[in-house]
Amino acid sequence: MSDEVRMNGADAAIKCLEAEGVEYVFGYPGVAICPFYDSILGSNIKTILVRQEQNAAHEASGYARISGRTGVVAVTSGPGAENLITGIATAFADSIPMVCITGQVDSNQMGSDVFQEADISGAVESFVKYSYIVRDASEVAQIFKEAFFIAGSGRKGPVLIDFPCDVQKEIVKKFEYPETVKMRTYKPTVSGNTIQIRKVTGKLEDAKRPLLCVGGGVLLSDAASSVRSFAEEHGIPVVCTMMGLSVMPTDHPLFFGMVGNNGQYSANQAMNDADMIIVVGARVADRSINRPAVITEGKTLVHIDVDPAEIGKNAGPNIPLVGDIRHIFAEFEKLEFESDYSEWVGKIDHYRKQTVHENQIAARKAAMIRSGNTVDPRAFIRALSLAMDDDAVYVADVGQNQLWSCANAVIRDDGRFLTSGGMGTMGYALGASIGAKLAAPGRQVIGVNGDGAFQMSFMELATACEYGVQVKNIVIRNNWLGLVRQYQHFAYNDRFSVTDLSGSPDLEKIAAAYGMDYLKLDSEDDREKTIDAFLKDERSVLLEVMVDPNELA
Amino acid sequence: MKRIYSVLVENKAGVLCKVAGLFWRRCFNIDSLVVGTTDKPDVSNMIIVSSGDGKTLEQIEKQLNKKLDVIKVKTFDEQEAVSRELMLIKLKYNRDNRRDIIENCEICGASIVDMSRNLMTVQMCDTPERVQIFLDSMRSVSIVEITRTGTLALSKCINGQ
Repeated sequence: MSDEVRMNGADAAIKCLEAEGVEYVFGYPGVAICPFYDSILGSNIKTILVRQEQNAAHEASGYARISGRTGVVAVTSGPGAENLITGIATAFADSIPMVCITGQVDSNQMGSDVFQEADISGAVESFVKYSYIVRDASEVAQIFKEAFFIAGSGRKGPVLIDFPCDVQKEIVKKFEYPETVKMRTYKPTVSGNTIQIRKVTGKLEDAKRPLLCVGGGVLLSDAASSVRSFAEEHGIPVVCTMMGLSVMPTDHPLFFGMVGNNGQYSANQAMNDADMIIVVGARVADRSINRPAVITEGKTLVHIDVDPAEIGKNAGPNIPLVGDIRHIFAEFEKLEFESDYSEWVGKIDHYRKQTVHENQIAARKAAMIRSGNTVDPRAFIRALSLAMDDDAVYVADVGQNQLWSCANAVIRDDGRFLTSGGMGTMGYALGASIGAKLAAPGRQVIGVNGDGAFQMSFMELATACEYGVQVKNIVIRNNWLGLVRQYQHFAYNDRFSVTDLSGSPDLEKIAAAYGMDYLKLDSEDDREKTIDAFLKDERSVLLEVMVDPNELA
Repeated sequence: MKRIYSVLVENKAGVLCKVAGLFWRRCFNIDSLVVGTTDKPDVSNMIIVSSGDGKTLEQIEKQLNKKLDVIKVKTFDEQEAVSRELMLIKLKYNRDNRRDIIENCEICGASIVDMSRNLMTVQMCDTPERVQIFLDSMRSVSIVEITRTGTLALSKCINGQ
């Protein structure tokens, strides 16, 4: 499209966002980004004023992950941009597509420490796919086209556009949004190598105990149903990393849980016993596979990922396969091979049954020592998720609440599980749940927070109020920074240091302050009816679940 | 193990910083780094010498390729390359050691490019190994200042290429 109307850099930027079909811009204005926010008034793009810039990124992240679109953030210079750093790093660690626009001081002032100036592009360099400083308003169209392309392709991730105020005001003589973009330095591989693909199916014929280990990349590629069909068609058992939760419905007969430090016994045993492991869209990160030798010694390792740098970074695969997962699995679908792994599946199933039995014993023991007026968080999460809609979005924050969620939340066919996996950023869930709800207003979205995380983020309840976003958030409250306390219990012999949250506020008053309903669960007898009331509430509602600080995740 | 990376990059502001930053962030060694434009004004060539085990050296190449300002990465060992380094040394000399210094320069192929009553600047351009040998031979002389470029390298010419 081409426009020969009098417009400035900010107008051009808005036109670019419109051309990209952007629905929402999450952000916080300041002088340096005012021209942008003035121009946006003339557009149909909806702006969401957050209460702290870091949450703008979390909201854009939740939005991106549920809509499949690139999230957009716009904040001001200096402290506005700096507050975004954690949000950007969080998105980078989990490969979430995002374009972050930061206002910047005038070009001729840059580098001289003027008011609210920060070298944001220098600061975020290790957490972005790429960054731009717009030097000339005529570059805006090309920069935005490239930024969206980079953010949303290959291994997705955040891209920063630093936008000096004077350039936002500079007149653009001609605006034309490029139809396509070609970058000589960036050509992500989409189709997998045919020879490698055939090697995989060839090996699967020989394998007796193959295992699929799926990660967040499957969801980013929108390939969950393809991967699931592949597993079902050939009877291959599946485990997942934390970021891969919800690729498979948790109660699927071929799904055996999450691997890793905090994973399920059956999943980790399956990894040990397998003779062929196919890692799909996961990066063999330390939380999931803390000893990479386990998946390489005496096994065939296949690593399928869109990012060639992840392949071989932590574990050297026998069959590396670079490409977009959806494309690769479409190719797999065309290939036939003999397979009967039923005996192997039976073996892992036996591990799972063992775990269920052991968990029941542990639960009974824990119930005996649990203090009054608290409930079992695991049973609560299971009951909550069973009562959730089939296509509900469960957003977990970070900490014990997250680990209990990973282990106990029931995710169905169309359900989705979101969390901050790679960076483990506390305060992610509330923002992400708001963004997710905006992306899918018709879906049930439930955020689960610890009390530490909630206090880092609850100012966003005002954002939800302002825009009529229904918030269903749970605070699992034990008055401690649970996971750190747990670590101090094991590693420092109960020398608890700086983990006591007893100064926390009365959440009932907080809920009322934001015009929300409030529920409290402190007795097992009330569990079902409290969950029911929580899910059925048509207004925004906060549910506080009291949990004993000695519970271990 | 040492390895040389010849990295073609976009000649844009900040690119040197971004590439150096990558080495910093991922804890890769930079033994030396030299950058200059090529025959194409929008393309620069960075020569980075690094060291590490095989897995690290492979990761360096892959991570460099991920950087969006990087056009192409070539990598080779010292034996596969033609390498040069340029060094300028400013020395204090006197009547007693002047002859020795000049002889040393003649032997090593260094040249005297600047001179005053008791200072001289010597230029040495050769393989990094021979530059180091020359520097070591000057240790007994009073060295005022030194500047070195680091290793410049191109892969050796091969028949059929």
